[in-house]
Amino acid sequence: MEMPAPDASILAKKPRVVARLAEALPAGAVISDPTETRVYECDGLTAYKCPPLAAVLPSTTEEVAAVLKICHEEGVPVVPRGSGTSLAGGALPTADSVILGVARMNEVLEVDYDNRFIRVQTGRTNLSVTGAVEEDDFFYAPDPSSQLACAIAGNIAMNSGGAHCLKYGVTTNNLMGVRMVTMAGEIVEIGGAHLDAGGLDLLGVICGSEGQLGVVTEATLRILRKPEGARPVLMGYDSAEVAGQVVSDIIKAGVLPVAIEFMDRPCIRATDDFSGAGYPDCEALLIVEVEGSDAEITEQLGVINQIARGHNPVELREAKDADEAARIWLGRKAAFGAMGQINDYMCLDGTIPVSELPYVLRRTEELSKEYGLDVANVFHAGDGNMHPLILFDANKEGDLETCEALGAEILKLCVEVGGCLTGEHGVGVEKRDLMGAQYSDADMEAQMRVKDVFDPDWLLNPAKVFPLAVTASRRDFAA
Amino acid sequence: MLTPETEADLAEAVCAATGPLRIIGGGTRPIGKPVAGEVLSAAGLSGVSLYEPGALTLVVQAGTPFAEVEAVLAAEGQRLPFEPMDHRALLGTSGAPTIGGVVAANVSGPRRVQGGACRDYLIGVRFVDGTGAVVKNGGRVMKNVTGYDLVKLMAGSWGSLGVLSEVSFKVLAAPGAEASLVARGLSAEQGVAALSAGLGSPFDVSGAAHLDARSSDEARTQVRIEGLAGSVAYRAGRLAELLPGFEVVEGAQSAALWQEVRDVTPFAGRDGAVWRISVKPSDGPLLAGLGEAIFDWGGGLVWLLVPEEGDCGAAAIRARVAELGGHATLVRASEAARAAVAVFPPEPAPVAALTAGLRAKFDPRGILNPGIMG
Repeated sequence: MEMPAPDASILAKKPRVVARLAEALPAGAVISDPTETRVYECDGLTAYKCPPLAAVLPSTTEEVAAVLKICHEEGVPVVPRGSGTSLAGGALPTADSVILGVARMNEVLEVDYDNRFIRVQTGRTNLSVTGAVEEDDFFYAPDPSSQLACAIAGNIAMNSGGAHCLKYGVTTNNLMGVRMVTMAGEIVEIGGAHLDAGGLDLLGVICGSEGQLGVVTEATLRILRKPEGARPVLMGYDSAEVAGQVVSDIIKAGVLPVAIEFMDRPCIRATDDFSGAGYPDCEALLIVEVEGSDAEITEQLGVINQIARGHNPVELREAKDADEAARIWLGRKAAFGAMGQINDYMCLDGTIPVSELPYVLRRTEELSKEYGLDVANVFHAGDGNMHPLILFDANKEGDLETCEALGAEILKLCVEVGGCLTGEHGVGVEKRDLMGAQYSDADMEAQMRVKDVFDPDWLLNPAKVFPLAVTASRRDFAA
Repeated sequence: MLTPETEADLAEAVCAATGPLRIIGGGTRPIGKPVAGEVLSAAGLSGVSLYEPGALTLVVQAGTPFAEVEAVLAAEGQRLPFEPMDHRALLGTSGAPTIGGVVAANVSGPRRVQGGACRDYLIGVRFVDGTGAVVKNGGRVMKNVTGYDLVKLMAGSWGSLGVLSEVSFKVLAAPGAEASLVARGLSAEQGVAALSAGLGSPFDVSGAAHLDARSSDEARTQVRIEGLAGSVAYRAGRLAELLPGFEVVEGAQSAALWQEVRDVTPFAGRDGAVWRISVKPSDGPLLAGLGEAIFDWGGGLVWLLVPEEGDCGAAAIRARVAELGGHATLVRASEAARAAVAVFPPEPAPVAALTAGLRAKFDPRGILNPGIMG
């Protein structure tokens, strides 16, 4: 993967930039020693690494503004970083960039149950947002798999989803307002504890802009009252086609499960060996979860189980109690860990129309054979968000490259059938060079114009999202 | 009047324009600063491009009449969940509202408080920008974070960034049953407190509104639940325990109560200017002194009927909203009043600079509904 050559003039003035940052921030907030900046050389996409010029860890919005003002004046690129869990390289530095980490900004600023929102600093982790309100039976809905570690800042940057977004939506549907600092160091407030925009929906375009429009330091998030209960049901089928049809029939039937998860045979086997969840040996496994009181759950599962039975399941298992529910989820939740134990893997996240599921699984299998690497599938089936895991050996010469090539083929397939490159992880550097498969030059030009307005010098989170060739003229001009 | 029937014709019309264009769909929502210019109607771009009930996906040409969209979905037992308002009664207009108009105005009704706004269900757009270029963003899948989200930016941009040619939605199944809990005679504070209790319960409330005594025979507070019949009956019972003095109303009777709130019919056909204000729900009642009020979204959406004189109350309303946090739009007033008063909320300087910057990029010649949002 190509990154732009670092700007030699910036590397040369490192001492001055570091001194200015140190002057603006409290002691211990600037990291410039090469042995210490290595901590920031990569994020969750560990295949690509590059230590930054320096890293800063401000504690207030005003300090963030001071950092950005200095970097803006010095023409130094800035890479915002939440917890560094991006699977797309969203927080990958360049050698001439300053990492701006918000990890020290993790306070809860306001909780308001009457108006159902929480205001937090964005370095706070996703799970600890729910943690702040769950004693009072509220929760924050978006729940990416990395929720124990990932920060709200990164959730906003990538517009993160999770297993439960079929019912509750993704980050953008649960984000009410932000306090953000522009690259020029100006603090802006957008949205708040009220709903929707009075003018243009700037919040809507900031969410999911991969940290390229500004650094979000505070967020107002919608919180919801917890449902009375939840119960999963497990279904096994002999073919992916049938399982796909079941998914389609369920969402058409007027019950809206909170989650519909899908695992294919390679994934079922690996996770069952690892977790001992006791999954049936079959081609496709679905976990469907519904919420409500006992009586409501029974009513919904009545509709769902009738559909499931109509398609001759190999197994249909409804959780009778919390213990059985946990066992049904056990394998699914262990899926990534199980895969990690047997192999290195790359996790893709293209989305497809649900109706194309059987075709995409079949074609993925063909591609897998063609490239000689195994692919296991585990994904959010209700909304078509695939998660093919390509298994490879990082220590084997050329395996990573083959894996990347196969990944690109699978993502192009997602686009061909009417879907997209990424459903919840973001483009980052990982899918940057595939953007042309989904968007025309005019489509990308329209997006880049937004960047031109928020960050005219193109200094924020450089070399991400758009192919380098497409951004070349803008980067040259800015330099 | 320009009436393109294809996206290519639309692009050509915008490209060839030498002066301002006044963009309309069905022309039923004359909101915003009056725009002078040649009329460009999107109504010729009509028809369903793709509908997959099993994938909850609808792709439709922007000029398609909204009623047609509703009928297509109803035939499969589905609907657009955000319950958009029909502005005709309130604004005294006629004609057929289009789906593109709904999107351009980000029109969302009572269910917004639970399920989200028009912009939350919009998953893809195609549009022609001010240079005549055709742009697509998003697509037909409901989870998509590929590139920047211009879909949200287009929703509620009133045609000022581009002319929509096609829009895609996530749709949902229409529920089998609905019921409402209704109380009479509460004050705005009491009413909104009850709505807050309902919305903060685990019972998945999908509508929460309060009409003050002048807008109804008697002040009326109402909370809605929808879903499978057994579930609705269960939750109605639980909510009745939580909200003493509320009575259960079911089916069509319940639906009629919500249509009234959705379309703000108590203000239809009456003299006066109408404001639409979004604040934190518990702040809603604080605005009641400024005019006759209807509260939706648990108190957070306030419709105010005020005398249409002077600045239509703009200075007083905006000063109060600025203290509280939120925004106010003058939805109904004479053309003269709308020309004189800022219809859309004035923005703080740094935000206004971003907004102006986006307009200049998407419409460098300033020809798309120029000035409509002030």
